[in-house]
This record gives sequence, C-alpha cells and structure tokens, in this order.
Amino acid sequence: MIYSRSLRWLLRGGTAATLAFIYFPLFILALYAFNSARVQRWPIDGLSLEWVRRAAQNEGARDALFTSLKVGLLATGIALLLGSLAAFGVARYRFFGRDAVSFLVVIPIALPGIATGMALNSAFREAPLIGGIEFGTMTIAIGHATFCIVVVYNNVLARLRRTSLNLEEASADLGATPVQTFRHVTFPAIRTALLAGALLAFALSFDEIIVTTFTTGGGVKTLPIWIFQNYSRPNQGPIVNAVGLFAILLSIIPVYLAQRLTEEEVVSPAAGAAAATH
Amino acid sequence: MERRRLFVALFGALALIAAGCGDDANDDAADDTTETTAAEAAGPEALKELGDGEGQVDLIAWAGYVEDGSTAKETDWVTPFEEATGCKVNVTLGNTSDEMVNLMKQGNHDGVSASGDATLRLIAAGDVAPVNVSLIPNYADVFAGLKDKPHNTVDGKNYGVPHGRGANLLMYNTSVVNPAPDSWGVVWDPVSKYKGKVTAYDSPIYIADAALWLKTAKPELKIDNVYELDQAQFDAAVELLKTQRTIIGEYWSDYTKEIDAFAKGNSVVGTTWQVIANLLKAENAPIEVTLPKEGSTGWSDTWMISAKAKHPNCMYMWMNHIISPEANAKATEYFGEAPSNTKACALTTDKEHCTKFHAEDEDYFKKVAFWTTPEKDCGDDRGAVCKDYSEWVSAWTTIKG
Amino acid sequence: MGVGLDDHQGLIPYRYRPPATLIGRGAAGPISLGARMTAVAHVGKLLRGKRRTQLAVLLAAPMGWLVFAYLGSLAVMLFNGLWRFDLGTQIVIKELGLSNFERLWNEAVYRTITQRTLGMAALVTLTCAILAFPIAFTMAKLAGPRARRYLLVAVLLPLWASYVVKVYAWRTILAQEGVLNWMLSPLGLDGPGTGGTGLTGIWLTLTYLWLPYMILPVYAGLERIPESLIDASSDLGASPFTTFRKVVLPLAFPAVVAGSIFTFSLTLGDYITPRLVSSSQFIGNVIYDQLGVAGNLPFAAAFASVPMVIMVVYLLAARRLGAFESL
Repeated sequence: MIYSRSLRWLLRGGTAATLAFIYFPLFILALYAFNSARVQRWPIDGLSLEWVRRAAQNEGARDALFTSLKVGLLATGIALLLGSLAAFGVARYRFFGRDAVSFLVVIPIALPGIATGMALNSAFREAPLIGGIEFGTMTIAIGHATFCIVVVYNNVLARLRRTSLNLEEASADLGATPVQTFRHVTFPAIRTALLAGALLAFALSFDEIIVTTFTTGGGVKTLPIWIFQNYSRPNQGPIVNAVGLFAILLSIIPVYLAQRLTEEEVVSPAAGAAAATH
Repeated sequence: MERRRLFVALFGALALIAAGCGDDANDDAADDTTETTAAEAAGPEALKELGDGEGQVDLIAWAGYVEDGSTAKETDWVTPFEEATGCKVNVTLGNTSDEMVNLMKQGNHDGVSASGDATLRLIAAGDVAPVNVSLIPNYADVFAGLKDKPHNTVDGKNYGVPHGRGANLLMYNTSVVNPAPDSWGVVWDPVSKYKGKVTAYDSPIYIADAALWLKTAKPELKIDNVYELDQAQFDAAVELLKTQRTIIGEYWSDYTKEIDAFAKGNSVVGTTWQVIANLLKAENAPIEVTLPKEGSTGWSDTWMISAKAKHPNCMYMWMNHIISPEANAKATEYFGEAPSNTKACALTTDKEHCTKFHAEDEDYFKKVAFWTTPEKDCGDDRGAVCKDYSEWVSAWTTIKG
Repeated sequence: MGVGLDDHQGLIPYRYRPPATLIGRGAAGPISLGARMTAVAHVGKLLRGKRRTQLAVLLAAPMGWLVFAYLGSLAVMLFNGLWRFDLGTQIVIKELGLSNFERLWNEAVYRTITQRTLGMAALVTLTCAILAFPIAFTMAKLAGPRARRYLLVAVLLPLWASYVVKVYAWRTILAQEGVLNWMLSPLGLDGPGTGGTGLTGIWLTLTYLWLPYMILPVYAGLERIPESLIDASSDLGASPFTTFRKVVLPLAFPAVVAGSIFTFSLTLGDYITPRLVSSSQFIGNVIYDQLGVAGNLPFAAAFASVPMVIMVVYLLAARRLGAFESL
C-alpha cells in the first residue's frame, strides 16, 4: 500500500514523540550519574565523575551485578527447558486440557508480583515433604523462571505451529532417529524462537524486583535489590544512577546482537519451506 | 476416559497438597502454642559464655547506625570493629520499625537496632533472646536513665543494650517558612499557608504525635500517655490526622525521600530526624531544625540479638563495641542523638554535643515521649480499654486514604 | 493456522525406521552388530509409539511445577486469608472466618483504594496502547529492515535500566523544582508535581515503565497483518483512515489486548511507584504494608485475592478476544 505522505509524516512524528518520551528520563538518569551533589536537584548542581568512579569500585554493586547475571542465566535456562517442553506438548499432541496449558502458563506473569512473591515465599519456606528450601540464588532463579516460562512458551509454540510437520516426517522417512531429527530439523527451526524467548526472559529476570524481594530471604542481593536498598541511603543514592547508566550501556551490544540473530529466521530453510506450504 | 483420569489425578493432587499443608498448619499451630507457653516459661536463652567470633555478623539497622566509611571516610565505626574482632559486618537497612520486625521474623539476621515500638513485639513473638549483660563490659558505663527501661526489659530480663536516645524534630525551609516556627501547630493547621508542602512520618506510630499536639490543643481530652489512648482520645487523634492529610504533600518513610523532598522543594515543613537535617545542611539546603515548645515524641533504640542468631558471639562483640565510648560517640554524633555511654560525651568532636542533645539531662527526656508499642492495657486506672497497635495500623491506612 | 497439525486426527505418529546402513538387512530393531546407543536414544526407543507417555514426559516438569508448586502455594496463601492475625501476640489464629473479607468490604477505604488502582490500571493501559501504536506501526510496516532493527533495540533498551532508577528519574522530573515545572513555567503552567494525591505523576511514570511491554506485542501483531489485506482495502477504495479503522485495528486488537495483560496486571500489583512518586495508597501498598506490619499475612492474603480474581477474569476475557495467540 502506498502510504500517503501526510500519513507517513504523522507516523514518523508519533514515533519520534514516543521515542523522546522513552529516552528523556534515561537522559535525566545519565545526567545525574554525573551530578556533583548528593541530592538530585534541578537545575543540576554541577558535573563530576565522582559517582562513576565510586560505582566502578563499589564491591556491593559488582557482587549484585554478578548475582543478577547468575540468576538471570539460571532462570532463563530453566524457563527455556520448561517452556519448550510445554510448547512441544501443546503443539504436537491433542489432549484434554490443552487450552488450559496456555492459560496456566500465563498466570504467573499476569498475577500481581506481590501475590506470586508471597506464594513462592511460603512455598519455599514450608515445602511439604522436603521441609523447606534454603533461600538463595536458586530460589530467586526458580521464582523468576516461573513467570519467564510464558515468554519462551509463546515464542516456541508460535514457531512450532508455523513449522510444518512434513519436514520432520520426511526426516524420519529418510532414516533419522528422533534425536537426529530434533538436532537437524526441529531445533534449527525453533532456534531463533528460543533465542528471542531467552532474551526476553533474561531481561525480565534482570530487572525484576517484587518477586525477588520475597524469594531472596534477605541474604542474596540482585542488582535491583541493591539499587533499591542503596537509594534509601542518601549518600549512596547518586552511585545508583551511575550503576543504572552502566547497566544500560552494557546491554546495548547484547541486545543489538540478539536482535540481529533473531532476524535470521527469514533465511532459515526450514521456516522457508514451512512458509511455502502455507 | 482420559477426562476422568485427569480429574482424578487433579483431585488427588489437591488432596495431597491439602493434606501436606494441613499437617504443616497443625504443626505450626502446635509450635506456636508451645512457643508462647515456652516463652512464658523459658523462652530463648541468653548466652552463657562468650566464645570466639564466627567471622561475620548480620545486622538490621536504621540507615546511619552502621557506617563503614562508604558514606564519608571519617564516618566509620565498623572497620575498627571488623579489624579487632574479625567479624565482617553485613547490614540490611530497615526504614520503619514494622519492616524491622518483619525482617527479624524471617530469622536470617543476628541482631537489630530496634526502637521502642518494635522491641515489645519482638520480645512477645520470641524473635529475640535475652541479653546476658555480664558478657558486655561496656554496659556498666551506660547512663542509669537508659538501663532497665520498660521498652526493653521484661520480667527483669534485659533484652538488649541501648544505642542512644533522641527526639523527633521539626524541620523547615528557611527561605519559605516565615516566621521561624517554634510550635508543632504549623503542621496541624488546616488552613496552613504551606498546604501541599507539609510532610509527616509514614508510620502508624505518628498517631502519637497527633496525640501530643492534642495535649496542648484539646486539654479536655486529658491525654497523658500518648501511646495509651482510649476511644475518645484515639478518635480525636485520627480526626486530626485526617484533617492534616489535606495539607500533606507527601509522607516520608525513608531518608532519601525526605532529603529529596526538602531539596527539591516538595516539602517545606515537617517532622524529621537530626541526621536528615545534617545531611541536607551538608548539601547547602536552606533548612533549620527545632524542638518545638510542646515537646516531642522520640526514640531510644536497643540493639537486640535474634533468638535464631547464627553468629551470637560476634553479635555480643558488636553490642559491646557499639556502646563503647569511641564508637558510641561517633555513631550518636553522626546520627544526631544523645549517646548511651557516659564516657562518650568526652569523645565527641563537637564538645557541646552532649549538652545539645541533653545526654545527661534526665528531666529533659521526661518531656520526650519515647516510641513504644501501644497495648490494650492502659497501664493506669482506666484499665484495658486502650487501642492496641493493630488498631493503630488499621487507622493509619484509613487516614492516608 | 497449524498446517500439518490438523492433518492427523488425534495422535501424530512418529515413524521411526532404522537406517539401512546401520544394521543387517531385515533386522527388527535398531540395535544390532554392536552398534551403541546413547542414553537419549534408549529413551527414544522406550517412548516409541507410546503417545501418552511421550506427552506425559513432556508436560511433567512444566505442569508439575506450575500446578503443584505454584498454584498449590497460591492456594495455600489465599487460604491464609480465612484466618486471623493477632498483632499483640504475633500469632496467626487458625480459625476459619470471613472477618478479613468483611473488613475489606465494610471499610470504605479499601473500596476506594481498589477503585483507584483499577482506574489507574485502565488509564495506563489506554495511554500505553495509544502511545505504542505509531511506533509499532512504523516498525511493522514502514521501516526498512535496518531501521526496524534499530527501533527494536531502541524500544528494548529501557527494559535494562533498573525500575527503581527510572522511577527516581521521574521524581526529579516531576518535583516541585524539577524539570517539568522548569519547562512549563515559561508557559505559565504548573506541572502535576508529586504532592497531594500525586496520581498524575503515577500515571505518567507507570505509562513510561510499561510502554515496552505494550509496544512489542502490538508490533508483532501488526507485523502479522499481510500487506495484501491493506492493499486490497485501498484498492477497493477505502481511505487510509477507513482502512485503519476497519482492517488494521480489528486485526491488531488481539495484540493490543495481549499487551494490555501486562500493563494492567503490572499496575494492579505495583507498590513501589506509588510509594516513591506520591503518597497515595494502591492495592499493592496496602498488601505490602500489611505484610511489613509484623506480617499480618491473613489480611494481606485476603486483600491479595482481590487483584488476583480481577486478573483471572481479565485473562479469561482476553483469551476469548484471541489475545493468547498474540502474546
């Protein structure tokens, strides 16, 4: 469709406005990372590298960052596993309660974080038959994985639905074992969906604070928790801005790369063949 | 066929869960009742002997109580402790007494700096153990007026060592608030010219501040103990607070929020702690503090040890350290409160510190109504008709709206 | 939808035939002549043909976790709502009763708070949808591959900046002597500020925070609309606006509903933003405060059931509107 000139400009304007809205507070955040004063006053008191320097040396921040990365990877891994399993089950089989699975998987992320947090907290504390699980990195990861399952599940399910079974059948006909079929036919087809799901799951886990508060047991500090606690200490507050800025800058490359990788789907032969059979 | 099997499976699962949890519930109930009777009988035991340090100590504290030099190089009374005892200090900040009580309940920390509105709850719940003060040498030098207080001594047993004591003050923006106020009236006036820029402490315990004002404003209510309010007094206080809500800009529960609010001009007058005023002055904010003529509510924090402490020896060492003359002088001078150790006064940087904070003036502190947990038993001839803390909590939600 | 899936009614057979090169001719199974099988292949052989077992193996872990651990613990937590908590003695009194729910119903403040939270959730959802559309449409239909990539990165990046840091940035923007007032004062206007109820500030902040969660599904949904449909519509003589109204919008609607699941539920449960940007109480605040107040779990659980019920109803409605295919 030939979009009229005015429509194009209207859309461009809307896009620019939204982007400005999105990045303006981030600009403020970046600005105050270089604040020379302790309090965030406007206009800014002055610029200084003090907080950036302190943030780089801050052990607590570094530990928290590594903890967040650890938790994120764990949670993403668990979510990938559980989400794909569920997606395969729903995509390839017919059974009573199939619709319920999609509903069930979305509940953890749809319910208020505080409810999920409270529930998981008591589940870990009083797990029947095993007498409770020790709070720590694992409990946080499990908590995150619970609501990250849905993003993996949806991505993989959507891809599986678009991937024709004919390819898998052809593979089996040619003598491949189920494992070989999976490795050479199915997996390449869903690979980018897995990556997209993993990326979003990681992002969700990295920035999560509410459920984390309830599943950390007070000892382990992920980055959001460290930030939240340190904002309460007025003299640590500005360091947090610097840390926040670091986080964004650090993530530009991975996010960009991941985006490029998940785009390659249009070139993959499996999906191409699937598209052809539609 | 499949459908039925699925239902049976689900039902069975639910039954399992119910059974499992029912057992837990029964266990909990049994535990709870045995614990309460046990608490009356024996309860958590005080440490008998001090052993070697365990290498770390996990504390819950008010922001500013446990400083390790990260705020400012000189503000450090943790590093000397760590070096002397080998106990690494980890601190979780609590913003309100309620948060601290809840954190202690989870049982992951060794100790807490609890204010009077938390101590009795902690003791009642069995979350803290009595303290064997003979294991704490520095306790001998604590002000007599701070020993064996009702908020931390129950049935003759000490449940902690005092950190210091201080009052809630009135802070105001000198460039906006004129004339300089000397009365709490400025935050209670419904037609205040600072409407929308008044602040108050976001905790149910603030109801006591309303009661304090009513002592002056409505003497017919005969309010004596601001923490033990009967129905009429309580209702009046709640009414006053609801009226105040209309002039409140924002409530504050953590440090940063109040500092932020005063620095940015969101708040120009309201209740505060000395340490917040000190931090704002360091940032050249135009503020001043004063203790109004009606007196004030205040707090005296007690370092308590958890009944589930994993590092009891280090905790005892910390308790001894924080009330030692040097550390106590530094900590209380930084926070802006009167020290608990008589020998600390000689060691403060500002030689007038103890005078300013009335450290040795017991008559002064008689005018300060220290935070404590409101209980049903009024403690006087009214009997058990007063409002307990759970009603304060419910009322607070209604007040904020 | 689902080409290849519906061709076989019921269970889909996996036909496994051993590679002719691996075994002797006519052998019955794959094992023979000392060929080793991996553990996975063993499992594969075990499951061959047993559809139900295959399904059970696939679903055991995820469903087991979600149903038993998650839903189970939710149920237990909600069950707490039927008990009472005595603040004085710090014990949960395990007598079944509806006192918590009665209190929630009778005391006006809780109804007010619930209404306020619901209203804000709806408002934020609406604003997010409106703001998301132009950029999502540009990304889906107008932009070239390169521009689309950059736009996607640009939208995803803020998700990595910490929630708390973003809210504090908004505090600076909204403050009395903050950025917004500074920009508006030459025009003689006054910004919303954080004083009073601070609801405008909350609205702005929450819209800002949840915007990426709305943009992504809407973008995906718009991308799925075949260009041919839009072409056909304009070929038939519809103005761009009519095409938008009658073709694009209805097709994108499930995606908008999908995005709204996030914005709605995130607003419903949030307690950090209201606390930092205002002095208003939202459902999340009350629950969190009740928990923090020496752990009055029964009352907190009772109040938590309110947004949970709301969300379940919302999810059911969303599913009917086809949102689940667009998540």
